[in-house]
Amino acid sequence: MEHYTMNLNLKVWRQKNNSSKGAFKLYRVENISSEMSFLEMFDVLNEQLIHDGEEPIAFDHDCREGICGTCSMYINGKPHGPWQANTTCQLHMRAFKDGDTIVVEPWRAGAFPVIKDLMVDRSAFDRIIQAGGYISVNTGNAVDGNALPIAKDKADESFAAAMCIGCGACVAACKNSSAMLFLSAKVSHLALLPQGEPERKSRVMNMVAQMDKEGFGSCTNTGACEATCPKEISLTHIARLNKEYIFAGVTEK
Amino acid sequence: MTWKQVFTSSVGKKLVMGFTGIFLILFLIVHVGLNACIWAGDNGEMFNKAAHFMGATVVPRVLEIGLFAGFFLHIIQGYMLAAQNKAKRPVGYAVNYGNRGSKWYSRSMGILGSLILLFLIMHVYHFWTPSRLGGIGNVHELAAVEYNGREYHNLFLEMKMVFESPVVVILYIVACISLAYHLAHGFQSAFRTIGVHNKRYNMMLTALGNGFAIIVPLAFAMMPVSFYLGWV
Repeated sequence: MEHYTMNLNLKVWRQKNNSSKGAFKLYRVENISSEMSFLEMFDVLNEQLIHDGEEPIAFDHDCREGICGTCSMYINGKPHGPWQANTTCQLHMRAFKDGDTIVVEPWRAGAFPVIKDLMVDRSAFDRIIQAGGYISVNTGNAVDGNALPIAKDKADESFAAAMCIGCGACVAACKNSSAMLFLSAKVSHLALLPQGEPERKSRVMNMVAQMDKEGFGSCTNTGACEATCPKEISLTHIARLNKEYIFAGVTEK
Repeated sequence: MTWKQVFTSSVGKKLVMGFTGIFLILFLIVHVGLNACIWAGDNGEMFNKAAHFMGATVVPRVLEIGLFAGFFLHIIQGYMLAAQNKAKRPVGYAVNYGNRGSKWYSRSMGILGSLILLFLIMHVYHFWTPSRLGGIGNVHELAAVEYNGREYHNLFLEMKMVFESPVVVILYIVACISLAYHLAHGFQSAFRTIGVHNKRYNMMLTALGNGFAIIVPLAFAMMPVSFYLGWV
């Protein structure tokens, strides 16, 4: 596609801190290259704001390669913007046309409180992982990789679940603010492997309990999360989580 | 973890919704099957006898208590979950997420369910109260009909009378459409919720659910239509 430049109107959520009341603010950016990423466009805007003596817009970003899960903008009604299987940092400005108005909001969920502007606190995810998203391994020499036979299809499915980068787009897209896609990816990832077996039951029980404590909603299988996930985590993992939960729930003491 | 904790967690509450949903789906099969007797072409004899069996035999009467409990749980739990889930996002979005990845009816189960609940109240008033509580207080008694020297409630005649009103017929059709969409999502979602994660089974259940969501409500909708147009 041919390179072009564009002028854009941005409607960005500005909020000083967690306790203040935020509001949308309009900005205009000019001469934006179609080859820029969405975050680079925000860098340009922030340079402009700093130059004008205004407070730059706070937003989360880290690797800018689509693999860390830090960026988190809700762009024109879609977490990570209009492209499928994509993160905000990998969203290129060629997704937009000259003269477009783009609305940018933070993730919205009670469990993801806004820290500032477009940044939200996603530490709830960390606490869910701490509640059970691990395996216990004895220290010592590394075990030979072939010591534990794992079926190829199981390994592939586990890997597909492990692709989750914990960005929280599933929660942002869900009408119930449910974290079930995230949680199920973590539970599936380990439940499919022999290494996950020792904590299999306590893992799912503890992680669901922590998810409820953090204030996420419950799953109604609408499928919005799967469609917005940058790593295309399958909705099937939620069904597997449900099965794991029932078995653990009725057989654990 | 106690069972109480298991069934009151977010996943556990959904399990209750899933299991009661499947139970109510089973009820629909029985209900549509028995009611299809109106098309037997015998002026309601087979239907009245079938209705008599359901009302006068111990097992269906015990199941009926379970049915009321199932409806009660499904409705109360559904409303509670809807309210709780809504409260999980105190500040909403300026631009809505829209349809990507989800169907409108999968996001509208509460509204569709509420329409079905309104219908259910009308429906119970039309048929269940006169047949079970007829003659008590102000509830009118059903007409009687005699087959081979035995007396039966003429529920067939009751249907004929109720469905003389075009307003009632239209309300029943609207309810059947709501039921169709409720089932189109609910059928396959219930099985996912109770843990069916095999991709082949999920595909089969989605296809089966879509078929069920068309055939069963269509058969139900044809009942008032058949009476109104004089086909039976």
